[in-house]
Amino acid sequence: MTDTLENVTATDGGQTRNGAPGVVALDVDALLADRSVRIIVCCGSGGVGKTTTAAALGLRAAEEHGRRTVVLTIDPARRLAQALGLTELDNTPRQVKGVNPAAGGELHAMMLDMKRTFDDAVLAHTDARRAEEIFANPFYQAMSSTFSGTQEYMAMEKLGQLHARGEWDLIVVDTPPSRSALDFLDAPQRLARFLDGRMLRMLMMPARAGGRSMFNLVTASFGVFARAVQKILGGQLLADLSSFVSGLDTTFGGFRQRAERTYRILQAPETAFLVLAAPEPDAVREAGYFAGRLRRDRMPLAGLILNRTHRLSTTGIDTEQALAAADALEGGHQATADTLRIHAALASQVAREARVAERFTRAYPEVPVAAVAAQPADVHDVDGLRDIGAALTAAA
Amino acid sequence: MSEKWPQRLHVVTGKGGTGKTTVAGALALALAGEGRRTLLVEVEGRQGIAPLFNVGPLPYAERRVATTSGRGEVRALAVDAEQALLEYLDMFYKLGLAGRALQRLGAIDFATTIAPGLRDVLLTGKVKEATSRTENGRRVYDAVILDAPPTGRIGRFLNVTAETARLAKVGPIKTQSEGVAAVLRSPITAVHIVTQLEEMPVQETIDAIAELTALRLPVGRIIVNATRPPLTGAAKATAAEVRRGLVAAGLAADRATVAGLVREAKDYRVRQRVESALQVDLAELGRPVIELPFLPGGVDRAGLDLLAEVLAE
Repeated sequence: MTDTLENVTATDGGQTRNGAPGVVALDVDALLADRSVRIIVCCGSGGVGKTTTAAALGLRAAEEHGRRTVVLTIDPARRLAQALGLTELDNTPRQVKGVNPAAGGELHAMMLDMKRTFDDAVLAHTDARRAEEIFANPFYQAMSSTFSGTQEYMAMEKLGQLHARGEWDLIVVDTPPSRSALDFLDAPQRLARFLDGRMLRMLMMPARAGGRSMFNLVTASFGVFARAVQKILGGQLLADLSSFVSGLDTTFGGFRQRAERTYRILQAPETAFLVLAAPEPDAVREAGYFAGRLRRDRMPLAGLILNRTHRLSTTGIDTEQALAAADALEGGHQATADTLRIHAALASQVAREARVAERFTRAYPEVPVAAVAAQPADVHDVDGLRDIGAALTAAA
Repeated sequence: MSEKWPQRLHVVTGKGGTGKTTVAGALALALAGEGRRTLLVEVEGRQGIAPLFNVGPLPYAERRVATTSGRGEVRALAVDAEQALLEYLDMFYKLGLAGRALQRLGAIDFATTIAPGLRDVLLTGKVKEATSRTENGRRVYDAVILDAPPTGRIGRFLNVTAETARLAKVGPIKTQSEGVAAVLRSPITAVHIVTQLEEMPVQETIDAIAELTALRLPVGRIIVNATRPPLTGAAKATAAEVRRGLVAAGLAADRATVAGLVREAKDYRVRQRVESALQVDLAELGRPVIELPFLPGGVDRAGLDLLAEVLAE
């Protein structure tokens, strides 16, 4: 049983401190205190602690910086949802209990109900009769509940609504658990392009489209395609699709414009993006893609939060010393031997995490970083979120 | 096929970050012993298999990515929904150049996006085809391992008939999805769930099993990735005890070092308690559980072989 842990550390060199030289520390408190920042978007691949971090940031903004904050969560773990008092999916911000009001702030939280947000958007722009027609359409049902981009689109839609209401001075947004963090930025426009694009119009009226400035090959192949689609999917499907699109078209007056409007909010200086990652190669690579994209789109990237990093409580003994001593103490001083093995395994983990983090900081030396210590157990209450908030700011 | 893994189609899911792709790769190696040939398939366009086997990005074609000591072979395929749709359309119509023109126009992307169920049925349809493909009267693959979408999306992904039935009441797509559903619900398929001893992955494992069971999809094994053997001595790591031990080993036994080590041992015990409770939660599901060791050197071929050995045991 001791072999495995020996191997863990056999190849490891000395200790590595957190926060390599040259890395700018992210000052989370300064960000939360900055009243010109009205929106904080937490992005990153799945499983890096986005929802928990978003909630912890919101809590700290309310308790330490007196801000009236709302956290928009997408798909919180059940126990975290309970901690925030989110027992039902009602798409409305609810005030979180147990928040210290001394600084004058408040914390509200809501869980995104994708379908309901879509329904509300339809209802807000059309009469009840037409809305009913749209709701009954199978395409609308499929798209409003299962289309992979709808969650991202509706998260943006909801963000736009919360922002427009002007009731909060800080909105913290958790992003959907997408395949890629970039989906949050891309899906709304992709969806809009589909609903708004010439592709659909051609599909609806292939004959007319053929008469315009299309190339012959395209027109011809489109005919083939339309027939193929018709044959494979059936005529009913095309009819449903057609009525869905024309229904939405008059309702929304252009999905694309709507998506672009929200996109512009994200580009505004009042918005700050935080990219989250765990110190694992995949998550850090994903964070790098996202940072690159934000840089290209000139979106304000405030920093990288590296969750679940490990720290040593002492650097007095290095890995080799610890392992050699553990072997020598085996049997006689079992408690110390195992303690030294724990220390050695931790030291090698810390070194490994530092190497992974370095890949990001080498590529984006200008992006400030906050490393957050791994919590021994998951968070299920407001006290736990407060601890995370403290850990988020301890690094600065 | 191996007694432990009697199925021919192994669907591997799990919460993101638990090592789903790694486990799928190791299973593909494990089942490729003794001259067998396996196919490892990914469907999310992540190119997760290529770095695992240290090869360049995978095309939409079956490529050999590894051979095993038992003269077995692992091939890999990155299924692309657009390509699968073109291939599918080509079976009915000769698209040729027109197909490429449509692709440029975004027609294929459009069709697979507007009807998300269509996309999934194309992906799973390709997997089904590979699983049942024969050549000269012999099966091309002894086993097919699918690196599937994560637990949060797995039910919807595999429940192909429900998604397409809403949109297509008749026609080839409906027939196709019914064929796929029959294979997915048959005894040749098993859906394995990869987790780690952390709360959220375990909770998602429990939720996924409930969902898959309700959908009558065959749940296979729970694979607990990245486990480490417990160090029971940590329970008695008091400051006095650690100081005595350090002195006996001739190491620095100053107050700060001792306090630091004791604190690390205490954090370890907290973690250990959480892990034991989670192990109980998993055991209570009454499903076979396999624990895979943490790979200290990271995931390389040697690490994959080690995991494959444990899986094959």
